Amino acid sequence: MNASDNSPLIETSGLSRQFGQKLALNNVSLKIPRGRVFGLVGENGAGKTTLIKHVLGLLRAESGSVRVFGFDPVTDPVAVLSRIGYLSENRDLPPWMRVDELLRYTQAFYPKWDPAFAEELRNQFGLDPAAKIKNLSRGENAKAGLLIALAFRPELLLLDEPSSGLDPMVRRDILEAIIRTVADEGRTVFFSSHLLEEVERVADDIAMMFAGEVVLTGTLDDIKENHHRLILHFESPPAGAPGIPGVLSLTGSGREWTAICNGSRSAVMAGVARVGGQVVAEDTASLDEIFVARAGAKAARKE
Amino acid sequence: MQLHITTDGVPIYLQIANQVKYLVAAGRLAPGEEIPPIRVLAHQLLINPNTVARAYLELERAGVVVKRHGSGTYISDNGSPLARKERLKIISHRVDALLAEAAHMQVAPDDLFKLIKDRHQSMQLEENK
Repeated sequence: MNASDNSPLIETSGLSRQFGQKLALNNVSLKIPRGRVFGLVGENGAGKTTLIKHVLGLLRAESGSVRVFGFDPVTDPVAVLSRIGYLSENRDLPPWMRVDELLRYTQAFYPKWDPAFAEELRNQFGLDPAAKIKNLSRGENAKAGLLIALAFRPELLLLDEPSSGLDPMVRRDILEAIIRTVADEGRTVFFSSHLLEEVERVADDIAMMFAGEVVLTGTLDDIKENHHRLILHFESPPAGAPGIPGVLSLTGSGREWTAICNGSRSAVMAGVARVGGQVVAEDTASLDEIFVARAGAKAARKE
Repeated sequence: MQLHITTDGVPIYLQIANQVKYLVAAGRLAPGEEIPPIRVLAHQLLINPNTVARAYLELERAGVVVKRHGSGTYISDNGSPLARKERLKIISHRVDALLAEAAHMQVAPDDLFKLIKDRHQSMQLEENK
C-alpha cells in the first residue's frame, strides 16, 4: 500500500456497538480519504470517541467492520498503531515522568521518531524538559500529548476533542499542527470536535454524528453549498410551523420564520409559495445551524 | 494583504476570493504585486491550505491573479477592466439594498432617482463653495 493509493485510509461499514441499553454506534459507514483533514462533529455522547476507539482497535466491532490502512486494527494492531499519532481526549500521560523522560520513553516505540522535530516542537510549545507531567497546566499537558503524537511524523494524526477545555493560545497550536500536517507532508488528519467553528476552518470533509448515527457526511464545500438559510415572511401568521419539503428546520413565530433547508432551491421556493410564504432573505447557513437542523430533524423522526 | 475570515456562513474560499477582489478594486493590491504563498496564508489565517488553494484557483480563473511558473502568485497586470467590473458589482449590491429599502418605505423609483440627483447636486454645491 502506498501514498498514492486512492483507497480510503479508514473505512467502517455497518459498524454498530451497544453499551447496555444504549446503542453507541448505529450502522456507521464512513470512508476517510488520504491526504485530507476529516472532522467528526457531534455533541458529547454522540458516539465520536467510541468510533475513534474502534479505529484504534481498543474496541472490537460487534457488527460491521473497521479497516485502517487496509488492516483490521484488532487483529493487526502493530500495522495500524505504529502509523497513527493519537491524542486522546483524556490526556492520559504518565504523571510521574518528566517531559524529557516522556520523549525518550515514547521515542523507543517509534523507529521513525524524529528527535530534531521533537526538539523543535518542544521549543515552539515552550515545554520545560525538566518539568514533571503532573505539574503541567492543562494546556501544557495537551501540548505534550500533541508533541508525542506528531514527532514520528505519523501517516495519520488522530485527535479526539483536541481543543476541549483549552485556552485560545493552545487551540491555535493545535490548529497549526493540523494545518502543518497536511500542508507540509500531505498526510491525513482525523479529528473529532464539538467546536464547529474550528472544524469549518480546517476540515476538507466532515461527518456529523447524532445519537450514534452519521446524519450527514461529505466535503465541507458541498455541504455548505447545499444548505441555505432563508427568512420567510407570511402575510398572515401561520398557526404553527408549516411543513415544507426540503426544509430541515423552521424556527420563528408570527409572520417571520427562519428556515434551514437543503437541496434544490427552486423546489423549496415552490414549497414556500404553496404555504403562502415569501422568501425575503437568503444566505449560506453556518455549520452550527446545519448541525442543529440535522440533529433536530433526526430527533423528530425518532419520536 | 490583510484578510479577515469569519465562520458564520459564507464558505471560507469565497471570503478569500471576494476580499482579494475587493482589495484589487480598492487599489490596495496593485497589478504585479505578489500575494502570499498558499502555505503561508493558510498558517496566517489558520485555515486548511486546500481552501486557500481553491480560492487562488477561483481568482486565477477570474483573471484576477496569475501564477508564474516556479515563483508565485501575482495580481494580474490587466487588472483595470476587471477592477471596474468589480467596483460596479460592489456598488450594485448597495443600489439593490437602497431600492429594497425605498420600496419598503413606499418611495417610488422615480422619486428615488430624483432624490439621488438632488443629493448629488447639493454635494457638488458644497464642494464648490
